[in-house]
Amino acid sequence: MTLDRTVPRDPATAPAPSPPASRRATPAQWASQSVTMAWRSIVQIKHNPSELLDLSIQPIMFVLLFTFVFGGAIGGSTDAYLQFSLGGLIAQNALFLTIYTATGLATDLQKGTFDRFRSLPIARSAPLSGRILGDVLRQLWSLVVLLVVGVVLGFRITTSPLAVLGAFGLLVAFTLAFSWTSVLLGVLARDPEKVQIYGFTVLFPLTFASNAFAPTQTMPGWLQAWVSINPVSRMADALRGLLVGGPVAANAIATLLWGAAFAAVFGPLAVWALRTRV
Amino acid sequence: MTLSDPRGTVEDVPPAIEADGLVKRFGATTALAGASLAAAEGTVLGVLGPNGAGKTTATRVLATLLAPDEGRATVGGYDVVTEPHRVRSLIGLTGQYAGVDEALTGTENLVLIARLLGQPRPAARARAAELLEQFGLTDAAGRAARTYSGGMRRRLDLAASLVGRPRILFLDEPTTGLDPASRNELWDMVRSLVGGGVTVLLTTQYLDEADQLADDIVVIDRGTVVATGTPDELKARAGAAVLQMRPAHGEQLEVVRRVAGELAGATPTVEHGTVAVPAADEALMPAVVRRLDYVGVRLAELTLRRATLDEVFLALTGHRAVDVATADQTDVRETA
Ligand SMILES: Nc1ncnc2c1ncn2[C@@H]1O[C@H](COP(=O)(O)OP(=O)(O)O)[C@@H](O)[C@H]1O
Ligand SMILES: [Mg+2]
Repeated sequence: MTLDRTVPRDPATAPAPSPPASRRATPAQWASQSVTMAWRSIVQIKHNPSELLDLSIQPIMFVLLFTFVFGGAIGGSTDAYLQFSLGGLIAQNALFLTIYTATGLATDLQKGTFDRFRSLPIARSAPLSGRILGDVLRQLWSLVVLLVVGVVLGFRITTSPLAVLGAFGLLVAFTLAFSWTSVLLGVLARDPEKVQIYGFTVLFPLTFASNAFAPTQTMPGWLQAWVSINPVSRMADALRGLLVGGPVAANAIATLLWGAAFAAVFGPLAVWALRTRV
Repeated sequence: MTLSDPRGTVEDVPPAIEADGLVKRFGATTALAGASLAAAEGTVLGVLGPNGAGKTTATRVLATLLAPDEGRATVGGYDVVTEPHRVRSLIGLTGQYAGVDEALTGTENLVLIARLLGQPRPAARARAAELLEQFGLTDAAGRAARTYSGGMRRRLDLAASLVGRPRILFLDEPTTGLDPASRNELWDMVRSLVGGGVTVLLTTQYLDEADQLADDIVVIDRGTVVATGTPDELKARAGAAVLQMRPAHGEQLEVVRRVAGELAGATPTVEHGTVAVPAADEALMPAVVRRLDYVGVRLAELTLRRATLDEVFLALTGHRAVDVATADQTDVRETA
């Protein structure tokens, strides 16, 4: 072995002279790392046009299809139906979007990207918090798209701007809590395709067996029992209340309680899975 | 530091990487069964072993991704279990499966790491450009990594692990799956890194790769270290080259085996009508040819080739290098 190094040092790869001696990342570092991770998850969209379609075209298509295909039959007129269904469409779309947390995480785990992140001197939770922050931005984008398309088609917001803000807030609060299920799914499945299959197997019945698209009274009794407590129904009703008027408080509280329940059950499970399975 | 002190010896410098009795189990599988190793600062440690030997597991433990069940390890003087953040600030990791984000461009991948490491945006961009240039990726800098070839992806991955100018670099089978040209390029990059003072731990399944790059080699098998030494020491023990002889007449196989064994001072293996024997000495081939000619054996084939990992294993451990990963799968299928 030779300690006599005659090869000149390459400035691009020469090691840093002195290492930072901190024991862990500071909260400020965590915040900035999370923002960087969120930036990454948004930039990914640029190179993956199909995701942009998912985020924009798909909600638009849902609005158009439901309004013009089912609207007359379910709501009597497309106009009346849109006033009813847009809140439901927003709720359904928001739940579908939470799948991104799982597919993104599963891809990172599968491709080894997560290992790379974990080998960096960054906050342990930054890859996760960054992804979730990115997913919140996706939620907001999609919500804006839905509202704009709705308004173009004749949807009338009859409440105050404050109530609309409340709708945004409720949506973000619920999806944040709900995304723990998505984190757990992503870690356990470790494969984006499996995530899609498992995820939509749960989300389709969950979102459609609700009052998102059709009023509860039109359903058989056994289904009504579930539909009336389904978190999607409660969030849809709360959003309707916040956008076009109607009871808000009870529905919003029910939605938040559901969110808290999801977080309480799946949060610890997801953290456990991240600790032991990654 | 001692590196710049001409009288300095290896003993004066604490090892950059040191592992002592590492044990890691996955359910019924023991991936590491008390592995110990050490790499002196500024050197390359080659961890050589067949598929399933525990190379990736060892790398992951040392890179703080996995906590060992028993044993301890320090990297850059810091304990990997109790001070992982400090260890991470010293290391770079290129895992067995490229960790680049395929949905991002080459530039974005590197800027991401630089930003995570706290570099301001302009510095991060400059660092990314510098590394892309160095790794011959400037032309592909704006393309999504998904469109890269295997070799380009490997290079980007290596570049990503260098963003923070690590003092210690872990490379887990960096050339597996690469064509010979890309492999040689990567070897040159590793050499230039080490020239710059970086300590490298490199795992490989190929003896010649370890031979080419490593100052010291640790041979591992089923989670334990079965041999340690410099490439020359190991080759001296195991025979770097193998002399292979196939007699024109099958019935003379036994004569060839006896002659080869006697002259080489080692036990030959006989397979498919061919005798193979470790050739530690260059003089073995002419000696064998002369002797066989003298006893009237005509050879249909005579080759001097590099020893395979399997043969090194046989010589070092007395058993063949079994592919534990596949062996395990067979076990599972059998017991299922
Ligand atoms: N996460 C894991 N879960 C279960 N078994 C594992 C896991 N990682 C590795 N193993 C097993 O541990 C052994 C060593 O694996 P590994 O360290 O990947 O070997 P190598 O990198 O030398 O091929 C193998 O038998 C492998 O199947
Ligand atoms: Mg491996």
